[in-house]
Amino acid sequence: MMTSLSSAGLPVSHVGPWVATAMIGTIVVASTAGEVLIAAAMKFIGDLDKIRASAGLMGAIRAVLGSPLFFVGVSFLALNFFALLFALNHLNLSLVAPASASLTLVTNAIAAKIFLKENVDRRRWTAAVLVCIGVYLLAH
Amino acid sequence: MVLLLIAICGPLGDTFLSRGMAHLPLISLTHPLSLVAAIFNPWVAMGIALLIGFFTSYLTALSFADLTFVLPATAFGYVFIAVLARFWLHEPISLERWMGIVLITIGVGFVSQGSSFTERPATGDEAAPVENARAVGDETQA
Repeated sequence: MMTSLSSAGLPVSHVGPWVATAMIGTIVVASTAGEVLIAAAMKFIGDLDKIRASAGLMGAIRAVLGSPLFFVGVSFLALNFFALLFALNHLNLSLVAPASASLTLVTNAIAAKIFLKENVDRRRWTAAVLVCIGVYLLAH
Repeated sequence: MVLLLIAICGPLGDTFLSRGMAHLPLISLTHPLSLVAAIFNPWVAMGIALLIGFFTSYLTALSFADLTFVLPATAFGYVFIAVLARFWLHEPISLERWMGIVLITIGVGFVSQGSSFTERPATGDEAAPVENARAVGDETQA
């Protein structure tokens, strides 16, 4: 595996486009699974402000920590974090950060429509695509 | 208010963590305890506090609003950080980045015009959370 120096002077290995795609794909899939599972857990638990008003802060914390779905979601977010660290070890931040952040917005919209049955109307699709391109331009 | 907290705490927490970790000597996996010591670095501690604030606000937002509403709205944090970098740290912002800022702002404007919560019909003895279907202005602008 060839290595060169990044703009920060740190060694960066050259991986093929397919390997890079697989790395970014893993980040996007893990992040989407985590976000959707956590969103499903929070919908199942209910409005945290109302729970806090009736059962106090500890009641709200107990409600969240008592949800298995929440823990599965957090596990996927942990996987996403380690996949990101691994990718950053091989690829430049200027590629990984914008690509994964913007792609995640679109995959989340698709997953939320399929699994959470959210009403992703034309307005939300437009917003997701605009923010996706915007994040890419801003972070690139 | 909750969305504003997410947009501010998330990117700011990341920035603090990044600044704190960059100023520490290189940490080797053979000395994992030095990672624990890193927590006591003021920048890292502030970053962790901000990220805890981010995560609790994020969970609260997801408990009353759709994921496809929360995510684009919170992407406004990127704009916040870029503008902060421009006017506080005097970093130059390229035309490409200004275009990104404009697109995110338009996208957030788009999503905030609609409802924040998907209404579901009541099934059996479950009551539909009708009061949750808010037109969004009051959530985002707070």
